[in-house]
Amino acid sequence: MEYPGAQAPDRERDVVVGGVRIAVHEWGSEQDDPIFLVHGGFDFGRTYDVFAPLLAAAGWRVITWDHRGHGDSAQCALYSLDADLRDMIGVMASTTSRPAVVIGHSKGGAMSVQLADAQPFRFSHFVNIDGLPSRRPMTDLAAHERTRMLSSDITGWLHHRRISAALERKPGTLDGLARRRGKQNPRLSVEWLRYLVTVGARHDDDGWRWKIDPSMRHGGFGPWRPEWTASRLPGLGMPFLGILASEQEPMGWGTTADDIRPYLPAGGRLELFQDTGHFVHIERPNETAAMILDFLDRGR
Amino acid sequence: MSTVTLVHNRIHLALHCLRDGSERPLLLLHGLGEQSPSAAPDWTAQWPGPVYALDFTGHGHSTVPIGGGYSAELLLGDADAALSHLGEATVVGRGLGAYIALMLAGAQPASVHGTVLCDGPGLSGGAIVPTSTSFVNIASPYSAPDPYALVDLSRDPRPPDYSVLFTRLALDHSPMAEPISVATIVRPAWLAAVANEVGVVERSLAASLVAYARD
Repeated sequence: MEYPGAQAPDRERDVVVGGVRIAVHEWGSEQDDPIFLVHGGFDFGRTYDVFAPLLAAAGWRVITWDHRGHGDSAQCALYSLDADLRDMIGVMASTTSRPAVVIGHSKGGAMSVQLADAQPFRFSHFVNIDGLPSRRPMTDLAAHERTRMLSSDITGWLHHRRISAALERKPGTLDGLARRRGKQNPRLSVEWLRYLVTVGARHDDDGWRWKIDPSMRHGGFGPWRPEWTASRLPGLGMPFLGILASEQEPMGWGTTADDIRPYLPAGGRLELFQDTGHFVHIERPNETAAMILDFLDRGR
Repeated sequence: MSTVTLVHNRIHLALHCLRDGSERPLLLLHGLGEQSPSAAPDWTAQWPGPVYALDFTGHGHSTVPIGGGYSAELLLGDADAALSHLGEATVVGRGLGAYIALMLAGAQPASVHGTVLCDGPGLSGGAIVPTSTSFVNIASPYSAPDPYALVDLSRDPRPPDYSVLFTRLALDHSPMAEPISVATIVRPAWLAAVANEVGVVERSLAASLVAYARD
């Protein structure tokens, strides 16, 4: 299936990180300077099939990968942000030992903030696309309400863990899978969602199934605080561009420019795309790429 | 000692029966980097029921998964699998196992008949503010205890208000008057907050077991 502007990667390879096979996708010449694209939760590398070629056409080697359990990477027994970051380091180290451009979207943006703080030597520039979690409304709730919500989250999560060994992704038609994904991506076109099925799902005898590990689920609970990500920003030393979306969506963080401005690193830029949802680079690929390429040119 | 294998997602967990019995079971949760004892410890001699011990993921005879990714919440799932098998239990946790025991008491207050939190490896956890984390990739294969478990679970953040939420779930919903006993000498911030909650008692392991055997 074709989609306007979408291009399959020029190269595919696997990187084994700590025993876990990670599927890597690349566009552009191997001789060009690398840009690493980090996808969001429940996405996969080929959601960049339109955006990545725009950067490659401007003279960059664009590399992305499927996080463990996503896309064509291995499904694992355990998942965590730290494990995702170890995998990210493995992919980056397999490509270059020099500082490189990192562009992270959503969860990939939050991950990249943590790595930029922990291993700044890997970053020449950092672009964060709607991946800056801020204080969640839950902190304003009364204690008894927080306790009740935790109880509900725990019950749901433990139930999922008890049945997850036998779970399988539900099969469906190509259109059916596109419609299901549309609930999480309500602003994206049916044509794009249909295209995503063809690169993010597999076709079995009984229908299409998303490749993502069925043991993974949205939500959950834990001690992590969204504001911990923002608190890492002021100390970042590499050129920084933050991009936020004006329209709130189910997969977004609900972060506003006012939430982030106090935390911007010295010289950092924050841009707001009006009338745009969480998947900024999919809704407005040309404008997003142009903004980022301008940012990179100025920093070169 | 006999052992049953429990399935938790893609992990096979070893639940050891250290001593048979027909009363309410005692479930032991080990510390970070430890494994279940091979025999019922002497301090369980007065416990009227059977004594079980669980090897957490990556420890003892349980599966050592590839590539790490540990969290306390995952180990709560391990402990929940053991509790589900036993039906109900009094739980004694050491170190990391004490933190997991507290979480289990909050998650399953109707099934956990008393929890005793004891000193042991991995009691403190990591920083409770964002830090510049170190990351190390370890080549497989590796054996128990999983080096990734030692890394991930020695630094998982345990904010006091998070542990208090589990404490309140246990206090509010347990049928027992004193469902949580703190028996530790060391009190990291999360545990100090737990001990400060009205309804949590501070007493020795031996005294706790006597009280829970009675209830």
